[in-house]
Amino acid sequence: MTSTSSADGSLIQVRDLHRTFTVRRKTSRFRGVRDEVVAVHDLTFSVEVGEMVGYIGPNGAGKSTTIKMLTGILVPTDGSLSVAGLDPSRQRTELARHLGVVFGQRTTLWWDLPLRDSFAVLQKIYRTSPERHRANLAEYVELLDLGDLLDTPVRQLSLGQRMRGDIVAALLHDPEILFLDEPTIGLDVISKGRLREFLRTLNAERRTTLMLTTHDLQDIEALCDRVIVIDHGTAVFDGPLADLHTQGGSTRTLVVDLVDEAPAISVPGAVTRRVEGPRQWLSFPADASAAPIVAAVAAAYDVADLSIQEPDIEDVIREIYQR
Amino acid sequence: MAETLAGAAAANVRAYRDIGLMWTRAAMAYPASFWMMAFSGFVVGGLDFVGIWIMFHTVDSLGEWNLREIAFLYGASGFGLAFADMLVGRVERLGDLIRTGRLDAMFLKPLPLLLQVCADEFALRRLSRILQSVVVLGVACTFVAWSPVKVLVTLSMIASSSVIYLAIFVAFACIQFWTIDANEVANAFTYGGNAVTQYPLSIYPREVVTGLTLVVPLAFVNWYPALYVIGKPDPYGFPDWLRFASPLAAVVLMALALLVWRTGVRHYTSTGS
Repeated sequence: MTSTSSADGSLIQVRDLHRTFTVRRKTSRFRGVRDEVVAVHDLTFSVEVGEMVGYIGPNGAGKSTTIKMLTGILVPTDGSLSVAGLDPSRQRTELARHLGVVFGQRTTLWWDLPLRDSFAVLQKIYRTSPERHRANLAEYVELLDLGDLLDTPVRQLSLGQRMRGDIVAALLHDPEILFLDEPTIGLDVISKGRLREFLRTLNAERRTTLMLTTHDLQDIEALCDRVIVIDHGTAVFDGPLADLHTQGGSTRTLVVDLVDEAPAISVPGAVTRRVEGPRQWLSFPADASAAPIVAAVAAAYDVADLSIQEPDIEDVIREIYQR
Repeated sequence: MAETLAGAAAANVRAYRDIGLMWTRAAMAYPASFWMMAFSGFVVGGLDFVGIWIMFHTVDSLGEWNLREIAFLYGASGFGLAFADMLVGRVERLGDLIRTGRLDAMFLKPLPLLLQVCADEFALRRLSRILQSVVVLGVACTFVAWSPVKVLVTLSMIASSSVIYLAIFVAFACIQFWTIDANEVANAFTYGGNAVTQYPLSIYPREVVTGLTLVVPLAFVNWYPALYVIGKPDPYGFPDWLRFASPLAAVVLMALALLVWRTGVRHYTSTGS
């Protein structure tokens, strides 16, 4: 499919986007007041063709509201918005042909029908040409290893199988943009790995633009060259993942198990945060190398075991929110 | 432009058919349930008329209408309701679709939202209710002294009755865009409206008939065209042209319903996540 983009060449263009909700709050049995809740405000960003963007933030930060505006489900209160050169809420049906959307927590497949039948109906709904439908189906079913499951009713599929089915369903019409909402939630480690591998391939071979919301740091690290962090309805960070760590002042942790109990370890480049019997926790900047610290500890102490904990993205993000 | 519009309409009809077929196939995964529901739909609908029939063992006429004439009213209203119910009845579950997030998923498909909502869980077994109304109407028609105009008026009555019920289903379901738990309101006007129009409106006070003409125009579902086809004077002396106005009422009501739907969709606020 030829890609459509707005005047400045961006596939997704969001400028000064606002969305407020009116919430009625009961004050007494019969009276209520209307509160304006701001879900998204002053949100500006753009996404280019072929990018893989992680869209993250705590619950209630405005992630879902943004995705719903980008896909035409919600009408923005104010601001401008263009996806694939279209106004999502006004040109929803046209936009739908350019988008694939996968919700990790619910399925868009038909519960009582075999996967094969759900896919067949989608071909009719999207009016994909039979040849392209067949080719895409064959390719994705192969890549996601769904061949044996095509005749199984969706209700009998496991979560991981159903998720793969949902992803095929979202891709059969060759969308240029794929939105994924918590795509790996509830999946086991192997399924997660497979899914990430598949998404990378999709992006590399078809230049499909990916935007995913997730709480899983590994999803972001495995897939996203770029992260947008949203809090209280506005973007607080937009850039490469590596910069997020620097900006968030994030740290990695070296866990040291000594042979015997000892006072707090003191080595250059790291700070001892915690001592618990023979075990000690040392933290050091995420962008620094662990090697010299490990060497220094091993040289000065009798070490039984060592391990390194990667920074928790939630902590990094929390750090950013607090500034 | 007209051609692309017709093309789009045809594509939508095909999409509705494809989705409907798929739900029918899904329902056929449980064939016993399908046939039982279809059969009970036919019987329950039929019992309704049996009730009226039994009543006529003690009375000769109701509001100066005899049983055969009332069968005409009953069949016309019943057909409209059953037909609309089969095509768009699921719209009354709009609140559920909102709550479960399934409406959000429908926003993501390249089809009109209303079409998807109505085609959702399409139930072919409702055909049995239509069939039951057709039987009653068919029998009633054998007692009519036909003329070409009467045939036209009857055909337009059947079409208008369906469209009016379609519009009422849609318009009142839209309340659920604002308050999710309001599907009973629609029922009052669809099934309730059918219960009212099964009888000649001459049994109701003038104010009720005025309301059914001007406010919720259910009188156009069967009453006015039946006055013409059966050849009765209007007991309230309303103008004669109303007898031919059912298609107009249907078109106006449908336009209003679509307007309310559009407003509802733009007002839609989705759910939490």
